[in-house]
Amino acid sequence: MNENIDFDITGNVSKLESFGLVDGPGVRFVVFLSGCNMRCKFCHNPETWSGKGEQWTAKKLFEHIRRYKDYWKKNGGITVSGGEPLLQMPFVKALFTLAKKENIHTAIDTSGQPFGSSADWMSEFEQLAEVTDLFILDIKDMNPEGHKALTGFDNANIVEMARWLSDHGKKMWIRHVLVPGITDREEDLIALHDFISTLKTVERAEILPYHTFAIPKWEELGIEYPLKDVPVPTEDEIKRAEDIINKK
Amino acid sequence: MIKENIEAWDGFEGRIWKKEINVRDFIQKNYRPYDGDESFLEGPTEATDKLWGIVQKLQKEERAKGGVLDMETKVVSGLTAYGAGYISEEDKDLEKIVGLQTDKPLKRAFMPFGGIKMAEQACEAYGYTPDPELHKIFNEYVTTHNQGVFDAYTPEMKSVRHNKIITGLPDTYGRGRIVGDYRRVALYGIDYLIEQKKKDFNNTGDGTMTEDVIRLREEISKQIKALNGMKEMAKIYGYDISQPAKNAHEAVQWLYFGYLAAIKTQNGAAMSVGRVSTFLDIYIQRDLDKGIITEKEAQELIDHLVMKFRIVKFARITSYNQLFSGDPVWATLEVAGIGVDGRSMVTKNDFRFLHTLENMGPSPEPNMTVLYSSALPDNFKKYASKISINTSSVQYENDDVMKPYWGDDYSICCCVSATQTGKEMQFFGARANLAKCLLYAINGGVDAKTHEQCGPMMRPITSEYLDYYEVMDKFDKMMDWLASTYVNALNLIHYMHDKYFYEAAEMALIDTDVRRTFATGIAGFSHVVDSLSAIKYAKVKTIRDADGNVIHFKTEGDFPRYGNDDDRADDIAVWLLGTFLDKIKKHHTYRNSEPTTSILTITSNVVYGKATADLPDGRLAGEPLAPGANPSYGAEKNGLLASLNSVAKLPYHWALDGISNTQTINPEALGHTPQERIDNLVQVMDGYFDKGAHHLNVNVFGTEKLIDAMEHPEKEEYANFTIRVSGYAVKFIDLTREQQLDVISRTCHATL
Repeated sequence: MNENIDFDITGNVSKLESFGLVDGPGVRFVVFLSGCNMRCKFCHNPETWSGKGEQWTAKKLFEHIRRYKDYWKKNGGITVSGGEPLLQMPFVKALFTLAKKENIHTAIDTSGQPFGSSADWMSEFEQLAEVTDLFILDIKDMNPEGHKALTGFDNANIVEMARWLSDHGKKMWIRHVLVPGITDREEDLIALHDFISTLKTVERAEILPYHTFAIPKWEELGIEYPLKDVPVPTEDEIKRAEDIINKK
Repeated sequence: MIKENIEAWDGFEGRIWKKEINVRDFIQKNYRPYDGDESFLEGPTEATDKLWGIVQKLQKEERAKGGVLDMETKVVSGLTAYGAGYISEEDKDLEKIVGLQTDKPLKRAFMPFGGIKMAEQACEAYGYTPDPELHKIFNEYVTTHNQGVFDAYTPEMKSVRHNKIITGLPDTYGRGRIVGDYRRVALYGIDYLIEQKKKDFNNTGDGTMTEDVIRLREEISKQIKALNGMKEMAKIYGYDISQPAKNAHEAVQWLYFGYLAAIKTQNGAAMSVGRVSTFLDIYIQRDLDKGIITEKEAQELIDHLVMKFRIVKFARITSYNQLFSGDPVWATLEVAGIGVDGRSMVTKNDFRFLHTLENMGPSPEPNMTVLYSSALPDNFKKYASKISINTSSVQYENDDVMKPYWGDDYSICCCVSATQTGKEMQFFGARANLAKCLLYAINGGVDAKTHEQCGPMMRPITSEYLDYYEVMDKFDKMMDWLASTYVNALNLIHYMHDKYFYEAAEMALIDTDVRRTFATGIAGFSHVVDSLSAIKYAKVKTIRDADGNVIHFKTEGDFPRYGNDDDRADDIAVWLLGTFLDKIKKHHTYRNSEPTTSILTITSNVVYGKATADLPDGRLAGEPLAPGANPSYGAEKNGLLASLNSVAKLPYHWALDGISNTQTINPEALGHTPQERIDNLVQVMDGYFDKGAHHLNVNVFGTEKLIDAMEHPEKEEYANFTIRVSGYAVKFIDLTREQQLDVISRTCHATL
């Protein structure tokens, strides 16, 4: 399978983070790719929207990332996040193919938004899935209208992607950003729980508490921040949401 | 000669340590490695809770009184200057381990031998008036260390001091950094130690009275006097330490008396305890096996010993406190490590020492140090990681890189510097500010802050834009000058220290044939690296004052910075360290000591920064320098591990005195669950130290907590809030506001 892969393919990289401990199992090197279609109101990487980034070939980036192998001995690896990694599948595939040759754990942190756009896309995605050990899938809202209002997109193909991963035996973590008054409605959390329980390969369902650390980035980019007066969730609220989605 | 089969040694294995003073051999033959977990540990006893409660109350009073609870103004400190002192006179029976520096807890002794002026100033700074009679004695009849140094200083030495290109020289305070092998008191008893020193005395020289021989004979005589003094001191507390300790309680007490002798007679910047944990475990384990004590009692002994290390105090002058903020004494104490034979040296006692941070809460002292290797037992690594996450009171040093140089019985004698226990002493040497040196190179030796011609009058750089090769050429020569002046000032200082403030009690517990290292240091490291990188990879424009001195820089374009695992910058860092060390090594060092260097600045990075003008890397005049070997503020763009990788590239064997690195991690960023956080921190340390890095201070808390503690120091929860700073731990609320802001502004690694 490797013969057809172009390892000199370039990726559009927004940021490299050597120390990611919450985006996948263990210690992660996180590659944030630039470019995303969604415009989530709480986006914490709005700088990736413009698609501006540094160009790295898969080979060169992998050589760089290898410097961190010592930190992953027991548990860790590479996570590609963004932006939206599924908008640069050939690049991610090349990077992960190199990683899998050295038995390095690979994970994609995605919104799932580009999923299933065409037959060609699916064929590329299937190849990528072969070299991806874990998908971290954000489900922003189970309610289709709420999802559209929050991100600009419907959630149908995102839900479909979760099913596909489950059907194909691909491991996943489901994540949900808890925004008070917006994505914390009880019925939607229960719906999320019910959906997750239909999936066979979910290793972990997580609540990510909404935070305001990204506001300075929005200000710097000169974009009006839409959730200005929204508070961060309290510990009780977080606990309640965690209990709902993880109910056995 | 000691009888070999005495009762005190019942059940101990080995031969060699019975024929000579050889604590390492005793440890290797007798310690029992432990690879289990922490479930055996016991909580504090009632006595511990009560005593620690009293200490905490006193500490609160001390803080309320401006940092000093009480001071001596009449009695000169010495081994037998006081009667017995206890944490609490009423509850003295609760104290398992006894002995105070003065007659009362937290009362600071009067120590004039380092310098009478400083001893007086320290009193006056806190509203005390020292006895005028002492003033007379130490000015008219006695020469102090400080007097000796200033009698001999050259104008140039005074100038580098005044212009602060060399700062913190131990000419106004004790040099410290000498770790007596306090275990010897327990294992052998004082009488045998005296006997051995007498033997050394008789074997000194061949009868030809050269200066070296005369000096050594005088020193050994002083050591023997000190050993006799220690016996007297112990007698005041009702103990006879002339013979070996017979059980765990005595072993802990005897060892503490050895240390107490040091802190009654010296006020060195660092008064370290050393590697005592595995040694004491042998005694405790023997008593546990015999059923003489319980685990609860064993923990109590360690808790009470540690309580004593927590209340060591010295009287300091204001300028000293600015350099070394938060009243540190570097009672550094090591746990763990791997023996030369490959066995882990972790014993149950290593857990017990870390456990004191749970039983009595977080604390800056003793400066708890884990001698780390990825080969340590997993259970221990996880426990240490847990304690770090909960208390931010532990530092880690790489046993794998230190062991080849210092063996498996070294101690840490200051913040991070290794020293062979009982076989070595250090000539501590503060730091040379290489960032200022770079500016001197640009300005032809003129200090941009004071406008004085401090350095040699070299031709200054006159071009508008800095040329990398021209700067490097001039910087190289300016470093030559600085290294020479620096080493010579230190030679003079240590000559005087030996002469007027000799550490007889500590040296009595060290081999007579002692190895000496000469510990220089570098400040401003990251800023020099980034500045040279800016000059090399970007364009640096000079902006001059009316006299033509460069006082500002305008840097155009981007350049690689140290702290991002970018070899372009990191190679400059490696070059800088190697070059400075070579220049130090060229010079004669006092008593043929071995020159070493370090990249560690303690909290003095703030004071050094104040004295340093604008730099080409964009750091503005007066701003703090980055501490130790840390990358500069805001330079790290790729997260913690990239930063660690940059620091790990510095070869330890070029900086045998230590490379300190302090990092703060947000708990949320370290993992989702407590167990994940523990495991992840272990992985980070395994990776970092496997790369050959030397040291890591680990803090785990968020910036919000620091800000809240700064604004509300009165809150109960912050009374013992401890953080690691470059090379030691400190109670955050004891830092000056400036230093608090500095700590807050440093990158807190929090990827969310």
